[in-house]
This record gives sequence, C-alpha cells and structure tokens, in this order.
Amino acid sequence: MSDPAIKVFLVDDHRLFRSGVRSELDDRFEIVGEAGDVASAVAGIKESQPDVVLLDVHMPGGGGREVIRDVSTSHPAIRFLALSVSDAAEDVIAVIRAGARGYVTKSIAPAEMANAIVRVHEGDAVFSPRLAGFVLDAFAGNATEVSDDPELDQLTAREREVLRYIARGYAYKQVAKQLSISVKTVETHVSAVLRKLQLSSRHELTRWATDRRLV
Amino acid sequence: MPLGHGRDHRGSPWKNPEIALHPSGFRPIAAPGRLCDHRHVEVTRNKRTLFVRSSTDRVIAGVAGGIAARIGVDPTVVRLAFVVLCFAAGFGVVLYLFGWLVGSDPRDGDAEAASVRDTSLRQVVCLAMVVTGAMLLLRDAGLWFGDAPAISAGLAAFGSAILWTRADDSGRARFARLTSRLPRTPTEVVSGRSKLRLALGALLVLAGVATLVGTHTSFKSLGSVAFAVAVTVIGLGLALGPWIYQLFRQLGVERRERIRSEERAEVAAHLHDSVLQTLAMIQRASTTDEMTSLARGQERELRSWLYSPARDASGIGETVRSALEETAAQMEQLHRVPVETVVVGDAPMDDRMRALVDAAGEAIQNAGKHSGARAIAVYAEVTPGSAGVFVRDEGAGFDPANVPAERRGIAESIVARVERNGGSASIESSPAGTEVHVSMPRRPS
Repeated sequence: MSDPAIKVFLVDDHRLFRSGVRSELDDRFEIVGEAGDVASAVAGIKESQPDVVLLDVHMPGGGGREVIRDVSTSHPAIRFLALSVSDAAEDVIAVIRAGARGYVTKSIAPAEMANAIVRVHEGDAVFSPRLAGFVLDAFAGNATEVSDDPELDQLTAREREVLRYIARGYAYKQVAKQLSISVKTVETHVSAVLRKLQLSSRHELTRWATDRRLV
Repeated sequence: MPLGHGRDHRGSPWKNPEIALHPSGFRPIAAPGRLCDHRHVEVTRNKRTLFVRSSTDRVIAGVAGGIAARIGVDPTVVRLAFVVLCFAAGFGVVLYLFGWLVGSDPRDGDAEAASVRDTSLRQVVCLAMVVTGAMLLLRDAGLWFGDAPAISAGLAAFGSAILWTRADDSGRARFARLTSRLPRTPTEVVSGRSKLRLALGALLVLAGVATLVGTHTSFKSLGSVAFAVAVTVIGLGLALGPWIYQLFRQLGVERRERIRSEERAEVAAHLHDSVLQTLAMIQRASTTDEMTSLARGQERELRSWLYSPARDASGIGETVRSALEETAAQMEQLHRVPVETVVVGDAPMDDRMRALVDAAGEAIQNAGKHSGARAIAVYAEVTPGSAGVFVRDEGAGFDPANVPAERRGIAESIVARVERNGGSASIESSPAGTEVHVSMPRRPS
C-alpha cells in the first residue's frame, strides 16, 4: 500500500462527522471531495473519480442507496463503503444489495476505519460484527422457496462459521487462525457472502426486511 | 391554459394552492427582476385564467368549488345549479365538462385567478336568476326532460340551498365547533334564524318532492308504504345530505390533525426525556470516557426506540434480544467500556433465558472489571432449539484453573447458574483475551 494515495470521497450529511474522518485518515489517503446530500454526492463523485466512497446509509434525499444506484452504472470501478450510526437492518441490507462492498458503524476506531477503506479498495468485502449479525439473521433457516439458483440462496456451513466469528468480534486474521485457514480464504468466504447477499432472490431476504419494518 | 396536462395527481398536497403556491415554496411575485424565470411567464399567462379548479373543495373535479371561489358564492349553490341544469336534457353535465376544460389545473400551483372572498346574497340571487334564465331558454330550445322533474328539482335545489349554504363565517365556525363535539343532532346546533332557515328549506324540499309525486299519476296508483318510505328517505337525503357530507369530511380532517399532533407530542416527550437529558449530562461530564459512555448509552437507547418492534403494542413482552441489550447497556454505563452487542434471532423470555442473560451479564461484568480491554463484543444467537451467548474481550486474560479465591464468583455465577438450568458454559482465556460461551436449551413451548 505504498502506492499512490487512495482517493476517498466522503458522503455524509453531518459536517462534523466529515471533518472528523478527514482528520483521522493518514496520508495513505487523499480526500478528493465531500458532499452532504444525494444530488451533490452524485455530481461530486462523477467529477472527482475517487477510488472509494464512504457513504452514510441515512441521508436526506434518498439515502446512500440512491447514490450507489446512480453512480455505479456509469462508474463501475468506484467502490462504496457504507457507514451508519443508527442501523435499521433493512436499510443496511438495502445499501449492500445496491452494491456497497461493506458496512461499518461510525463508532469504529480510526485505525480500523483506515483498514476497512484499504480492504474495500482492494476489492474485498468488509463486514462489521453488526453486519455479520444482520446477514446471519437474514439467511437464518433453510431457503424453503424453490428459486432459480439455490446456490445463491443459502450460505455454506463454512461461510456461516466465518460470519459467526466475525459477529463474535474476531478480526479476519483471528478468524483465519481459529479455523486454521489463510486470511485470503476468509476474505474469499466473506466476498462470497457479499455476492450472495447482493444477487440472491431469496424469498426470506425480502420477507425478513418487511418483518423488520413493522415497527 | 394547461389543457394537455394530465388530470391525475390532483390530490397531492403540495399542489394545493392554499398550502403551497409553488412547489419550490416561492411566491412568483417575489421574483420580479427575473424576467426569464418561467414562473414569471406563468403569471402573465394567468391573467387570462377564468378560474382555478379547487383541489380542496371538490366532489368530482373541483369545478364547482373553483367557480364558487371565483364569483363569491357558496360551493353548494354552484353544485345545485349544475344539478338543476342537468334536468335540461343533461345540459348541466355538458356545462360541467366544459368547466373542467376551461378551468385551470390546481397543480399549476401559482395559477391564481382573482377570487371574491366575501360571499353575499346578491351574488347567489344573480346566479339563481342566470340559472333560471338558462333553464327557460333551454326549455324553449327543446332541450328539456319535462316540466315536472325540472320544476321539482328546482324547488328541491332551492330548498337545499337555503338549508345548506354557509353564508357567513359564523356558519363555518359553527361547523368546525360541531365536528369537534360529535355526536350531535342538527337541531341542537341550529337556533333562531337558523331554525327559520331549516323550516323554510325543508318546506321547499318537501314541495319539490310533492310536485314530483303529484304530477305523475302513475306514482299515485302505487300508493304503497314502500313508496312513501322512499319519498321520505329521498326528502331527508336532500335535506340532510350536504350536512352529513360536510360533517364526515371535516371529521376526517380533524381526526388526521389530532393523530398528527399526538404523534408529535409523543416524539417531543421522548426526545425531551432521553436526548435532551443526555445532552445536558454530557455538558457536565468531566472526562472523555464519561462523555463517550453517555453518548453511547443514548445512541443505544434511541436506536432501540426507533428500530425495534414495538413490544408494548404487540404484547410480546420482554425478549432475549431486549433483555441482553439492556444488560449490555447497564454494564457499559457501569464500566465505561463500549459493549458491542449483536443478536441473531429472538425468543420470549422465560426462566432459562433469564439465567442465560444473567450469566452473560456476569461475563460482561467480569470483562469490564478485570480485563482492561478497550471493547467487549457480545454475540447471541437464538435458534428454535437453543440459545447461546458469546462474550469476548481482547484484554489481559486469566487462567481459569488458577483463579484467586475472591473471584470464585465467575464459576459460581456463570457456570453453576447455567448448569442449574440445564445449560453449559465454557471459558477460554489466554493473554490475548477471554471468551465466555454460555448456551442453554430452549424450553419447549
């Protein structure tokens, strides 16, 4: 990672949080722009062509999902890392399904935030314990509906195991050690889960989301 | 004239010219210097607008409401005029459709035709005369269904107009008061002059119905009770219909208002009790740790208020998730260490689940007190068969086999507690951290 700095774009409607991230990130990163709402985020990202966009899940004007939808069709190389403070499970899952490569809570330590950005930049998936919990919850039980691609609708035993370790607070490296596999393999599993999360037409995913919405 | 505009979406609130004059919230008049502004162009154009169809006061498309606002009579009168004109071979329908075409769409927020605010008797009489004249002309021209229905409709309409126009603002106010104190009968709220109006109107309505019955010999021969009942119902419908319609409309509006203000009050009360109190405490907090833990506690509380299912409303009661989150929050407050809690699945609380949550709480307590870790991770999974909780820290760790006597509490309060309830507990500790795992079979339901 001694290569050129990773270009980061910040999208968050709280200016305080943006300036906080700005001061936390070291010189491995270059902040190329920031925005506080969906419209200016889309325009700014398209103009500044960042590597990674840090994206708030909740925002006025449609939320992070809208930004991803708008940008990713024309700029597929730009990667998104979702952040939020108040995480309603269905909103987080929706942002991931729209195309974000990971999700972390805003209470994350600065060093871990930097790690997460690097990892997303390299194309890996970043799962916080909370997201791992959401995913396990969403994929709980067996897919009862007959679907086009049953592969996509279920997690393998190994993937489930990896997610459980992440939910228990283990870092990727520690998961690898526990399961006696390489960190790369852990990353492969997590990426596979991300892919399933994004592509699955699993009936439960939608039902689960609607169930949760009944506040 | 926006003839080509679609006529759907008429009800959308920001189109309502009374609430928002323009989607952007600006009055067009406020931008006199911007000549290129399209709003300005619209204002110029609107000088030719006859009237704006009403989006608030409408039965079909708001034509009558719009015309009424334009000429300064009660909408009911205009509606009755349309009804009466229908008896001239359906002329009223044609006229209404024409009005629909000619009137401006209320969605052009700033299309504001001149309107007469104060309604007066003179205008009503003028309108009645115009309608009568039109009827006579149409009768001569042969556009006519026959004298009997037209005359009875005219009489009934006249009666209804006397009964149900709200000629002045005090009348409107009375309606508003009435809707807030339901149920009440119409005779309770009308008095004095209104009683006279009621009697006169009812008489005219009855006369209208009687004319209709009297001029049709075929009706006479029927003479059955059913027919008498039908005539009475029609008469009553004509007399009370507009009142009932108004009542329900205003009742609905009022109920929506009330629900909205109750919700607002509830949110305000909650924010006051929680967020504002915490903010006040944060201002007084002396250390960063204290501030952080206050903020985190508040965040947790607010999140659960916003996103967890309403337990009180659904009657489910306390669940493993809520109990564990509450315990974690308490420990976080107590030891000033962030406790990250992730729960998968959920179940109602019972004695076994209580033991599980308490044991987990004890483990969190230990981690917070002794490990010196920066954070504690709690992960719980509830399946149909069993429930398990992992409590993990990356602190100093200890040797479970070599615990000092005063810390026997761990073994007693964690291991023994769950084992008494049929569960199991294991503790793994190393210098890199500690993880406690408690699991408990679910009680078959």
